[in-house]
Amino acid sequence: MLSIKNLHATVEGKEILRGLDLDIGAGEVHAIMGPNGSGKSTLGHVLTGRQGYEVTAGEVTFMGQDLLALAPEERALTGLFLAFQYPVEIPGVSNMEFLKTAVDGMRKHRGLEVLDSVSFMKQAREVCKRVDLDQNFLKRGVNEGFSGGEKKRNELMQMMLLEPHLGILDETDSGLDIDALQLVASGINSMRDSKRSFILITHYQRLLDFIEPDHVHVLGAGRIVRSGDKSLALELEDKGYGWLESEAV
Amino acid sequence: MSEQIDDLIKSHYAAGFVTDIESDTLPPGLNEDVIRFISAKKNEPEWMLEWRLKAYRAWLEMVEPHWAHVSYPDIDFNAMSYFSAPKRDEDRPQSLDEVDPKLRETYDKLGIPLHEQEMLAGVAVDAVFDSVSVGTTFRKKLYEAGVIFCSISEALQDHPELVRQHLGTVVPQKDNYYAALNSAVFSDGSFVYIPKGVKCPMELSTYFRINEAKTGQFERTLIVADEGSEVSYLEGCTAPMRDENQLHAAVVELVALDNAKIKYSTVQNWYPGDEEGKGGIYNFVTKRGVAHTNAHISWTQVETGSAITMKYPSCVLKGDNSIGEFYSVALSSNFQQADTGTKMIHLGKNTRSTIISKGIAAGHGSNTYRGLVRMNPGATGARNYTRCDSLLIGDQCGAHTFPYIESKNPTAIIEHEASTSKVSDEQLFLCRQRGIGEEKAVSMIVNGFCKEVFRELPMEFAVEAGKLLEVSLEGAVG
Repeated sequence: MLSIKNLHATVEGKEILRGLDLDIGAGEVHAIMGPNGSGKSTLGHVLTGRQGYEVTAGEVTFMGQDLLALAPEERALTGLFLAFQYPVEIPGVSNMEFLKTAVDGMRKHRGLEVLDSVSFMKQAREVCKRVDLDQNFLKRGVNEGFSGGEKKRNELMQMMLLEPHLGILDETDSGLDIDALQLVASGINSMRDSKRSFILITHYQRLLDFIEPDHVHVLGAGRIVRSGDKSLALELEDKGYGWLESEAV
Repeated sequence: MSEQIDDLIKSHYAAGFVTDIESDTLPPGLNEDVIRFISAKKNEPEWMLEWRLKAYRAWLEMVEPHWAHVSYPDIDFNAMSYFSAPKRDEDRPQSLDEVDPKLRETYDKLGIPLHEQEMLAGVAVDAVFDSVSVGTTFRKKLYEAGVIFCSISEALQDHPELVRQHLGTVVPQKDNYYAALNSAVFSDGSFVYIPKGVKCPMELSTYFRINEAKTGQFERTLIVADEGSEVSYLEGCTAPMRDENQLHAAVVELVALDNAKIKYSTVQNWYPGDEEGKGGIYNFVTKRGVAHTNAHISWTQVETGSAITMKYPSCVLKGDNSIGEFYSVALSSNFQQADTGTKMIHLGKNTRSTIISKGIAAGHGSNTYRGLVRMNPGATGARNYTRCDSLLIGDQCGAHTFPYIESKNPTAIIEHEASTSKVSDEQLFLCRQRGIGEEKAVSMIVNGFCKEVFRELPMEFAVEAGKLLEVSLEGAVG
């Protein structure tokens, strides 16, 4: 599904990704861990096409397409979703309007009929329940006045409604208490199937207690220095990142 | 036309002025003869000509204002023609196919129905639609209600006393430079009179003034709502209006007598100039309403056009308990400059005013809010709430605020809130990452910003206004 070859990227003139290679198959869950500054968030931003990140070398193929040649909204419509670490507020635009506009766009792109407002409202309310968000929040501005946990659950809600092929979760566990974490994890788990993949970007192995990854990768100095299965995460928890840094080239 | 006036005019012609009275257009230049010509051409009563001349003489002594936060090359008032008759049918486009394709593209984007497009483009009326039937049903309804709605020129023929009683009572000839000019040379405009206790059965729109397919350069509008009456008036349209004349100096006067209510909505999209800021209309307008006891005046405007805008729809809250409202969305994109706002003058007791101003600046545009809230000594228990918000799109544009507050009554309450925000890259990226294109994202955010004002517009205008903003912001991002 996703194939990254020799990816180099700079931010503000500083090279952050230095030859990253990664292959993700359909239905797989990959965890990407690493110390601060290793390039974890940068990877998410480069894949989704955020401004300010310059790709200086490498190729990325997603769903058979050259991902780097597409505009951010085109990448999204192809089925790429990023759950932001710090979701931003958009006052004045209601969550409902935002969700419907996004879902309408996705449905059109997939050749599906656009839902009428009433049907969509019903669907939105159901998903609200699944992520334990009050239905009134649909009337409020996007993320307006939301707590950190509510913002993360709003990201999850959007992912559930947009049904992406690949969901990248950028430190979704940061700032969440155990209950919220379990809720988010069960939401993600409910979306797992043989066709959908996930990249979990995280510092801590805690999230991986609830979402069992198929593969764990460790980023160091802009590239993947070690890959393994879930036991690698436990090893990191035990030994810290320093152990790997000494092994990194 | 009386022989006296006829002779007077012909004698001036002898001085080498204009050829003959049948001519449809005057050469450029402004002097008393031009004014006499205009008045004679319209067959106006004597007092009207005197009123115009008084304004003209006052104008000659006045100085052009330069206090606004806008800059433009000096206007040569003698380089303009002050009278041109409406085009003859033979000179008009015979169908939409003859109309500028770019203009048609804009009409389509705005979702304007075909027959309206024909009307706006000035296509020969006979070739268009059955204007007679549209006009007839509409006029019949108004006639039954006793409502007078016609052009000012017609009103001067059919209801001269009504016009005379109220004209200039809200905006006197000497009020300001452009009002004086307008008073001297106004071409035409609307006249509305709602009788006592009547709620006007439909929204009045300039669109229905079939006689005036083309909006005038110096429009003069007078709306009088007699005691206990109500009316909603819509001015303008979303379609881009071009005009050979660069300067537009209109005057609108509203008179809301005791317990009356006037709602005046404007959607304006005058040609704003090209992407370099060349050409474009200067829109210098004086709009004011006087509200008597328990009366209510509400101004709602969406301004997206014009190269330069200076307008301050205002309310004089003369009567006790009267209410004044101002809701505005002003967009300045490319190289547009807008200096707009309102004046709420509280004279009576327990008067109330609300000001909600939303300024949007994009491209190299400059958007300024200028407002005055004045509480006179008699305004016991009066109250004002002002909120003025600015939204910046991109980093080449500017937003400025000049709020003036003058209070001479210690029991009056004045509240002022202001905010400035930017459409941030993060907000845009969040939208794009959800599959929403950049332009759609900006339009969504801008619409959200303007919601409060759009809510005040009559429904069909609100939908059009949203679309208009979207079209106006095209190309403003990135």
